[in-house]
Amino acid sequence: MSIGFASTRWIGFQTIVLREFGRILRIWGQTIVPSAVTAALYFVIFGSLIGRRIGQMDGFDYMQYIAPGLIMMAVITNAYANVSSSFFGAKFQRFLEEISVSPQPNWIVVLGYTGGGVLRGLLVGLVVTVISLIFTRLPVHHLFVILLAVTLTAIVFSLAGFINGVFAKNFDQVNWIPTFILTPLTYFGGVFYSINLLPDWARTLSFANPVLHMVNAFRYGFLGRSDVNVLVAFGIMTLAAALLFGVALWLMERGIGLRD
Amino acid sequence: MEALSVRGLVKQYRNGVQALKGIDLSVAEGDFFALLGPNGAGKSTLIGICTSLVTKTAGSIRVFGHDLDTDLEAAKACIGVVPQELNLNQFETPETIVINQAGFYGIPRHVARERAEKYLSRLSLWDKRNKMARTLSGGMKRRLMIARALMHDPRLLILDEPTAGVDIEIRRSMWDFLRELNAAGTSIILTTHYLEEAETLCRNIAIIDGGRIVEADRMDRLLLKLHTESFLLSLRAPLVDVPAVPGYEIRRLDPQTLEVEVSKDRDLNDLFSRLSADGIQVVTLRNKVNRLEEIFMRLVDKSGAAA
Repeated sequence: MSIGFASTRWIGFQTIVLREFGRILRIWGQTIVPSAVTAALYFVIFGSLIGRRIGQMDGFDYMQYIAPGLIMMAVITNAYANVSSSFFGAKFQRFLEEISVSPQPNWIVVLGYTGGGVLRGLLVGLVVTVISLIFTRLPVHHLFVILLAVTLTAIVFSLAGFINGVFAKNFDQVNWIPTFILTPLTYFGGVFYSINLLPDWARTLSFANPVLHMVNAFRYGFLGRSDVNVLVAFGIMTLAAALLFGVALWLMERGIGLRD
Repeated sequence: MEALSVRGLVKQYRNGVQALKGIDLSVAEGDFFALLGPNGAGKSTLIGICTSLVTKTAGSIRVFGHDLDTDLEAAKACIGVVPQELNLNQFETPETIVINQAGFYGIPRHVARERAEKYLSRLSLWDKRNKMARTLSGGMKRRLMIARALMHDPRLLILDEPTAGVDIEIRRSMWDFLRELNAAGTSIILTTHYLEEAETLCRNIAIIDGGRIVEADRMDRLLLKLHTESFLLSLRAPLVDVPAVPGYEIRRLDPQTLEVEVSKDRDLNDLFSRLSADGIQVVTLRNKVNRLEEIFMRLVDKSGAAA
C-alpha cells in the first residue's frame, strides 16, 4: 500500500469518525441524556430503595455491585444504537452514497462507523460512571481490564449495530434487535445479579450469553470479582469482534442491502 | 485518452428487468458529452454502474484507463458525480457536507476548507454555508451537490439532471460555470431533460432508449440529420379547410393554428404567397420545437417501434 493510499484512508477514517462524533454532539438530547436519566433512575430505584433490602451481593453493597453492569448496559445499547441508526439513516437519506462513490475501501467504512459507535459508547459510559459515583464508591481493581473490557464490548456492539443497519429496510427494523434480543441478553447478562444465585440449568444457560462475559470482565476490573473466567471472557469478546467485522465486511463487499 | 469507455455493459435486475442491453460508449478526455433518453431508458442505471452504486451484470468500464473491476479506487478518484435524486445529509451544513466529502477522498482539512470557500462562493452558496441543508431551496441543494462533487477536483464530472427544478437565471449561471470547468479540462457527462441545455453545452451526444444506445454522434452532425423544420402559424380568422400547398405538409391544430413542416432547403415565400392568395392572414409565426427535441423524439419513437 503506497503512502498516498494510506493517507487517503486515514483521512477518510477520521472523517467518518468525526462526522459521527459531530452527530452525537448535535443530537445530545437523544444520544447522551436518555442513558444518563435511565442510569440515575436505576440507581435510585434498584440501588437506594430496593438495594437496601437486598443487602450485599458477592460481598459488595448492591449499588456497588450493579454499577459496573449499568455502565456496561449503557455502553452496549449506545454503541449499538449509534451505528445502526446512523448507518440506516445515511442509507435512508441516501447520503451514504457520498462514501460509496469515494475511493474509500469497505473496511474503512466499517471501521469508521464502528469508531463512531465506540466513541458514543465510551462517552455515555463515562457519563453513567460519573452518575454512579454520586450514588456509590467504585474501587478500581484493574484499570487495564476495565478499559479493555469496555472498549472491546463497544466494538462488538458497534459492529452488530452496523450489520443491523445494513439489513434494515425501515426504522422498525432498526429497533427490533435492541428490543427483542439486546435488552433480554443484557438483563439476563448478570447486570443485576450474580449467576451463582441461579439454579444450575439457568446458570449453565447463562454462560452462552456473551453479555454475561462482558459485564463480568468489566465488573472484575472494578471489584476484582467475576462469575466467569476473565481470560475466557476476553477471548469471547475478541472472537465476536473478529467474526462480526468479517460479516460486516462481507455484506459491504457483496453490497447486500446497499446496491441493486 | 478516453475519459470513459464502456463495453458490452449489461444490467439485469433481480426482478428480471434488463435495464441495459449491451451498451458501448466512449467519452473522450475533455469532452462535454450529453447522454439523453426518456425516463426509464437506462441513463441512471448506466451512471450508477459507472459510480459503483449499482452492480453490473456483464461488460467492462474504464475511467481514464482504470478498470472498475481491477482498479476501482483509482477509477473512483477520477469521478465526481451529481446524482438525480437529492442525497444530502439534511441535518448538516453545506460547509460540513463539502468538507466531509473532500475527507472521503483523502483531502486534508485545510485544503478542503479552501476548496469549500472556492466552490460554495462560485455557486452562490457561501452565505448559506452555516445553514442546515434542509433549509435550502431545491435549486440551492442542486448547486450544493455540484460543489460537493467538485471538492476532489475530479477529471470526469457526471451530472444527472443537475438543473431539474432550477429557475432559468440560475440555470444559465450554472451553464456558464460548467462551461468554465470544461474549458479548464474537466470532462463532463450530462444527462438532462432540457434538450436546449444539451444542445447549448455539449459537443457529443448519445441517445439511449430501452437499454440500448440508439444514436451516438457529434452534436452538430446529429443536428444536420434533421432535414425538416416545423412552424406554428397563428391565423387572424378561423379556418375550416386546410389549404393544400405543394412542398409543405400542413396540419390544422385548432381553427386558428396551423402546423407546417417544411424541408430545410425550401423557403417560406411560396407558402405565404399561396396562403395570401387564399385570403388566409398569418398573424404570427414561430418554431414548433427545438431541433434536438425533434431528433430525439424521432429516434426514441423509432426505437420504440422496433422494440
